[in-house]
Parts: sequence; structure tokens; C-alpha cells
Amino acid sequence: MAPLVVVSVALLLTCLQFGTQWIGLTQIIDIVGQALREGTVESEHIGTTGVILIQVRLPRVLLGFLVGACLASVGVVLQALLRNPLADPYVLGVSSGAALGVALAILLGVGTTVVAFSVLPLCGFAGGLLSLVVVYRMAVSYGRLPIHALLLAGVILNAIFSAMIMFVTSIMEPNRSVGTMTWLMGTLTAPSYPTLAILACYLLGGLFLLLKQARRLNVLTLGEESARSLGIDTEHVKRVIYVLSALITGAVVSVSGMIGFVGMVIPHAVRFLLGADHRLLLPASACIGGMYLVIADTLARTLLTPTEIPVGIVTALAGGPFFIYLLVWRKDRFA
Amino acid sequence: MSLSPEHAHSLNAQPPGLGTDAAHKAYQVVGLRFHYHSKSREDATWVLDGLTFDVDAGEILGIVGPNGSGKTSLLKLLAKVLRPHAGDMALFGRDLGTMSQVEVARTVAFVPQESPQVFSFTVMETVLMGRYPHHHGAGWSAGFGWESAEDVSIAEQAMQSTDLTHLAGRSVMDLSGGERQRCMIARALAQAPQVLLLDEPTAFLDIQHQIEICAIVRRLKEERGLTVVLVSHDLNLASQYCDRILMLKAGALFCLGPPHDVIDADVLRAVYGCDVLIDRHPESGVPRVTMPSYISTKNGRGHL
Repeated sequence: MAPLVVVSVALLLTCLQFGTQWIGLTQIIDIVGQALREGTVESEHIGTTGVILIQVRLPRVLLGFLVGACLASVGVVLQALLRNPLADPYVLGVSSGAALGVALAILLGVGTTVVAFSVLPLCGFAGGLLSLVVVYRMAVSYGRLPIHALLLAGVILNAIFSAMIMFVTSIMEPNRSVGTMTWLMGTLTAPSYPTLAILACYLLGGLFLLLKQARRLNVLTLGEESARSLGIDTEHVKRVIYVLSALITGAVVSVSGMIGFVGMVIPHAVRFLLGADHRLLLPASACIGGMYLVIADTLARTLLTPTEIPVGIVTALAGGPFFIYLLVWRKDRFA
Repeated sequence: MSLSPEHAHSLNAQPPGLGTDAAHKAYQVVGLRFHYHSKSREDATWVLDGLTFDVDAGEILGIVGPNGSGKTSLLKLLAKVLRPHAGDMALFGRDLGTMSQVEVARTVAFVPQESPQVFSFTVMETVLMGRYPHHHGAGWSAGFGWESAEDVSIAEQAMQSTDLTHLAGRSVMDLSGGERQRCMIARALAQAPQVLLLDEPTAFLDIQHQIEICAIVRRLKEERGLTVVLVSHDLNLASQYCDRILMLKAGALFCLGPPHDVIDADVLRAVYGCDVLIDRHPESGVPRVTMPSYISTKNGRGHL
């Protein structure tokens, strides 16, 4: 894990340099040092470049890392629980369920109040949990979760939720609906530091609780009956994982919209590199998922400067073909 | 935990407050009834209806019977993976109903007919999962802790017993059917159980691997004093390798006894509704079942 953390920090620093304005590494260190000495991030002390770095770029990169880490981790645990390496909050419709919850909240005006921060993730949580329960119920037959049933259930749910989200967006006031559309496509915007701090506590707490289930997740991949015969309360573990997954996805979607395929691509790559043991897979996927999204977001902000591409489009264009590859060429592994 | 038969036996020895008989019984089952969930209570048909039998400590008991007679359900009830609707079950003299799942898992290991293999765990990692019930506890370590050197040595022993040592680092997804079944048995052995429950351990295996699995089961009984309960469709295999056979018919116990009592033309006609030929195994003399030849002369349209 230690090498991964070092690489993550190095990558974050590298990505901080890119943007509409190039900020060199030495300059970054200067500015951060100055900001720490002065104890302020106002422009009269650290200059315009400093404001761009500290108030715009740094929080956005940190948010990207957090979101990527969460999406990859939720992908890992859903895959273990559903014993299906194609599970992903986006593919299964959990993200769109969460997005519907958030969009409804925005439509009803909850999102514009001061308490917005605490309410939007909760609406996302409710929508995400609803879709998880519905997908599971649709796909399960005689205690098994056939892969095709699961994917089909996700497709159906995604279609229904997308229609509802489009309906909700279409009846919003025009200026609000534009913002909602951009958010839906998956966009990272620089949060304020207090918001980022609360979000980080909430999400890292969730990841920690997921990590505590790592060994049980290993055993659960043997099948529910085997897991029960090994002394695991499978129903309890399932409930814990579903609720945590929905909580994390709900919060992530409420701040960054629908960013797809991170939860499928990353666990696959990490399993290939480090093996399937969740005690290593889970934290490593979080780290690598974070880096992946930071890179994707750096591309999204710089490829077409000064215009930005929503990062959800970048991850979908990278992850979609990977999904096709798995489904067509590797299906013998999990059919 | 030591795996020697003496040790296993000393654990069986004293169930407090029960008759001396209980010590020699792995299971005592009385009036067991079970059905799967059904919309209305009246609709429910009993999968198992009023079973009463014992399993002796250290024996190999085969459960046989037609499709849908409740064999697998019975095995899962013994593993406490399913809960009965009525009846009492005692495990070495202790009430199975009041034992926690983890306590059961320290005594009983269950190998289902199929285990999904969708992730690339190595054989070693899979076998080590069998150590889970011995690490159950509160707090952080229960969910995350790594296995101790003792766990690893127990897992290595289990792999040795099942001839898997050379495959320890291989991914379970790359194993053949026979190797996979051995891997699941090794995982069960890593639980250091006193009872091993096997559901169709030789299904889908070729004859070489069938013999291999049977030899392992026999050896485990002799070397570790394990009690084995196995479900099988293969009457000849049951006849040859089991000490006693329990014949189920439509969820009820039809008969229970040594192979030469149960594998009998009259019993099989009554249970399966067809005629078969019974002769003796050329080496061991146990009953052997053969399909009658006339089915092939009638263009394959006999009533088998």
C-alpha cells in the first residue's frame, strides 16, 4: 500500500500543474509554502496564480481523487456481493437512481437552501438504495443471480430512471436545467474547503466501514450457502454493504453527477495486478480509482481548453470499450 | 488446533447433561420437518417430513434417493444453512438450534455441489477462507485481520491431505473440475471440523477423479476420525464407500442401514419404481447395481 500512496501523491502534484495556465512544480511548492506561512488564501497574499491553484485546482483534484476512490470501492464490493465482475454502480442503475433523487430535490428547491449539502446526498442515497433493491429483486431467481438477468435489470432501470430524470429536467426553469444537465453528465467542480472536509469525513468513514467487511467479502465470493456454513451472517453483511454502497454512491453522485465505469474498470485492473483478496484489493482499488479519475479530469479540463469536457464523458469513452472487451472476449470467465 | 484423531475424539467425549450414548453420536435427529417458503401455509408441501435418525461419530453415511426426495435440503439442515420448521437436531449432544452459526462452523464443514468461481483467488487463499470461523470475534480484526502462521500451517496440511500442495499458488479459475472439488474439500478441512458434509462430491467428474475423491474421503475418516455425510446419486459409489446408507423417498426416511440391506432390488423398486439387477462387487462383495440389458434392445425405450 505504501508505494501506492507515494505514487498517488506524486500524481496529484503532477496533475496540479496542468490547466488553462501552466503552474510549475516549484511554483506550486512556493505558493503552498506561502499560503501556509501567511495562513490565508486571499489573492493579495498569494497572487492570482495562487488563487487558481489553492481555491480552484487543488480542491477539484482532491474531490476527483475522493470520487474516484469511492466509485472504485463501491464497484469492488458490489462485484463481490453479486459475485459478478461486471457489477458497477453506473451499470446497475444505482447512479441513475441516486441522480433521480438529487434531481427531484433540486426541482423541489431543497437544493438551493443552506442545508443543501446535507440534504442532496441523502436524496441520492434514497434513490441509490431503491435501485439496488429493485435490481436485486428483478435479477434473483432461486437464490442465484444470473449475469444476464442482472445486466438486463440494470439496463431497464437505467432506461426508466433516465426518462424520469429527463422529465424532471425538462420542467425545471431553463437556467437551472442547464446546470443540472452539466452536472448529470458527470462534472467535477471545485468545492469550498469546508464542503470538501465534510464530504471527505463522510466518504472516508464509509470506505473504512467497507474495509472492515473485507474478509467477509472474501468468504462471500464462495457463495452464500458456503459463507453461511462458515459462520457468516450473510443477510446482515448484505444489508450493511448495500446500505453503505448506496450512501457512498448517493453522496458521490450529488457532488459529481454520473461518472460511469470507474467501478468496473479499476477493480478489474487491480485484481489482475494484485489478486482478488479484498483486504488488499479494496484499499488498492480506492487509491488507483482516485488516480484514474484525477487523470481523466485533467484530460477533461485541458484537452479542449478553454472549454471543458464533462469528465463523465471521458470515463465512459474509456470504460465503455473495456466493458465490451470483457463481455465479448472474456465472458467464459464469468458466464 | 491439533488435528489428530485423539484430539478430535476428546472433544466429542463429554456433552454435559446428556446420556453416555450422545458421545458416540455425531448427530441425533428427531422428527425433522422442513419446507421452502411458499405463498400460503396450506400450499406448503413438506420437503422433509418427520425424519428421525442418528449419525454415528466416525462413520461415512451416504444419503441417496430419487431427484427431489430432499437429499440436499437434509444436508443443508445438518449444516444449519437452512432452518427446520419442526424437530430437534443435536450435534455431539448439543442442541443445533441454539448453537451459533460460528460454533457450528467450528465443528461442521459443508461443501456444496457447486461453488461459484468468478474471482481469481489462489488455491491457498481459498483454503485459508476455511479459517474464518476460528477468527470470529468482535472488533477490527474480525473483519480484516490476516491469517496467523498457525492458520497457514493448517491450510498447508489440508492441501497436503487433498494432494493440492503443488497448486497452492494457482488461481482457482484455472483448475480442472476434480482439482476444484479437492480445493473445496481442503477449504472445508481448514475449518478443522469433526463432521464433513459433502453434496454430490463426484458429480461431473470422470472416473479417475471420482476414485480420487472417494479415496480422500476414506482416508480422512481413517486418519482424522472424521464423520462424513455425503449426498450422492451414484448408488454404486454409496455402496462401496459408505458404512451406512440412508434412503430417502419423497422427504421421508425409507430405510437406513449398511449397504447390503439398503441396496436391494426390492428397496430400489419401491423407491425408484424400476427394476435393476443387483450382484456383488468382485473385490469387496458389497452390492452392485446394474441397469437391465433389455432397455437397449427396445431402442432405448425401457421404463428406466
